[in-house]
Amino acid sequence: MRALTWHGTNDVRVDTHPDPEIINPRDAILKVTSTAICGSDLHLYDGVIPGMASGDILGHEFMGEVVEVGSKSSLKKGQRVVVPFTISCGQCFFCQKQQYSACDNSNPAAKQDASEKLYGHAMSGIFGYSHLTGGYPGGQAEYVRVPFSDVGPIVVPEGMDDDTVLFLSDILPTGWMAAENAQIERGDTVAVWGAGPVGLFAVQSAMLMGAEQVISIDHHPHRLDLAKKFGAKTINFGETHVLEALMEMTGGIGPDAVIDAVGMEAHGFAVDNVLDLVKQKISPGADRGHALRQALLAVRKGGRVSVPGVYGGMLDKWPLGAMMEKGITLKTGQTHVQKYTHDLLRRIQEGEIDTTWLISHHLPLEQAAEGYKQFHDNQNEWTKVVLTAN
Amino acid sequence: MMLEQSEDDAPKRARRDDREGEMAVVGRSVTINRPRVTLFAFWRDFQNLPRFMEAIEKIEPTGPQRSRWTIRAPAGQMVTFEAEVTDVKDNERIAWRALPGSQIMTEGTVSFSDAPAGRGTIVTANIKYQPPGGDLGRLVAKLFMAEPNIQARHELKRFKMLMEAGEIATADNRKSKEDR
Repeated sequence: MRALTWHGTNDVRVDTHPDPEIINPRDAILKVTSTAICGSDLHLYDGVIPGMASGDILGHEFMGEVVEVGSKSSLKKGQRVVVPFTISCGQCFFCQKQQYSACDNSNPAAKQDASEKLYGHAMSGIFGYSHLTGGYPGGQAEYVRVPFSDVGPIVVPEGMDDDTVLFLSDILPTGWMAAENAQIERGDTVAVWGAGPVGLFAVQSAMLMGAEQVISIDHHPHRLDLAKKFGAKTINFGETHVLEALMEMTGGIGPDAVIDAVGMEAHGFAVDNVLDLVKQKISPGADRGHALRQALLAVRKGGRVSVPGVYGGMLDKWPLGAMMEKGITLKTGQTHVQKYTHDLLRRIQEGEIDTTWLISHHLPLEQAAEGYKQFHDNQNEWTKVVLTAN
Repeated sequence: MMLEQSEDDAPKRARRDDREGEMAVVGRSVTINRPRVTLFAFWRDFQNLPRFMEAIEKIEPTGPQRSRWTIRAPAGQMVTFEAEVTDVKDNERIAWRALPGSQIMTEGTVSFSDAPAGRGTIVTANIKYQPPGGDLGRLVAKLFMAEPNIQARHELKRFKMLMEAGEIATADNRKSKEDR
């Protein structure tokens, strides 16, 4: 099969790999129809996530047709399914608490050592997202093996196009959980750093959850225009003093909740010896701003901070004083996708949520490398790339 | 064959000095979301152990309390020894040791206790062993990534996967190693 393959920093290519096989009873094999490039794939592309190996197949936002099932899969051949990016067994303590992205059993035992060293506890498995999370071959491929296929994949009702449901795999639930973690109350102002796909879905979700005012912060005019579509106000940090603007737009109080949908590459983070151990090159993101630090300063006293943005290592100059003295609550985490897919699918079916406006480009899988380059270099226009695989 | 407790409440295996005389001590606790009875029964049938212990090629019963263990040692070698069960308390504890004169001197206990608030079972394995060739042997073992402490940790995780999820997670895309 053909698959988008990581070879090193800023070097991805579509290569030929052996087709996947059923290995475990709960597996299914999908023939991928649509697969998207995620903003977090750009962290891999830039080489700032530890634990990548040359030859890894990327992709964790994908859907397709079931072509083969193991003896304990609940899926049937021919079904169209969307697959959550987090791999979850459904049986462990965490899965049963619906904390699916903390699954104990999806990251192969020998692969758990690295994240146990780095984070104190092993991470769950994630498709196509470094060997810290299992080194699972991803879905930017013609075929993909889906473990625990009885827990993750959601069957797509007939008549719904790929584009309308594909983002159930990651960014829509991620934006939704980001807004949920902001614990929005009546009258709240929610400020969202980053108008990428997750930031925009967080804006949309926060509006649906009843925020009085949502403020989207970015520097790409086109992306800010998209945020306006959902009734958000905008701040272009290239032109405006963000902290001052936020105070002025909230009657001198500051936003009640803030969402960092930017992540690690806006900040640059310090590297320590532990990271060296897993032999990864991690470079600080130099002058890309200070979204999370700024968010911590901006949020009102007693406010809430929600962090869907991806971080992989250490962050220094953390304004812990601001957190403590203002009594801030912070919630974060990889998305518990399986917890949200059914509800969000219903909202899509009922027309409450539409996600297709986000897609700026469709490309065939063969042109995936070009898609990465454009999504990386031309963020204003290339808001979301969907690859068609079969 | 309870291991001696250190002065604080931490188990011996968590101490900086993880030795008891000539024996090295390794071990690990893991909480498994399954009833004690189920886990005990699975472990009590030693023939099941190679399903999650990758270093063990096979365990064959040779008598009511005895079994022959074939272990994959570093550098592709196989080591066999005969073990006997020294203590069993139903649904609580199983202890075993290699018979005197074996190539590997080892003894182990696995114990099962209820986790609080219906969270399943806490499984604790304690293994004592005489490192083959002493420290040098242990160093060699480390080089081959078969350091017993790491192995014990991985094995308990695979046990947990098998008991909770019914299968052992792998990122492999192909059954045959040559294909991957």
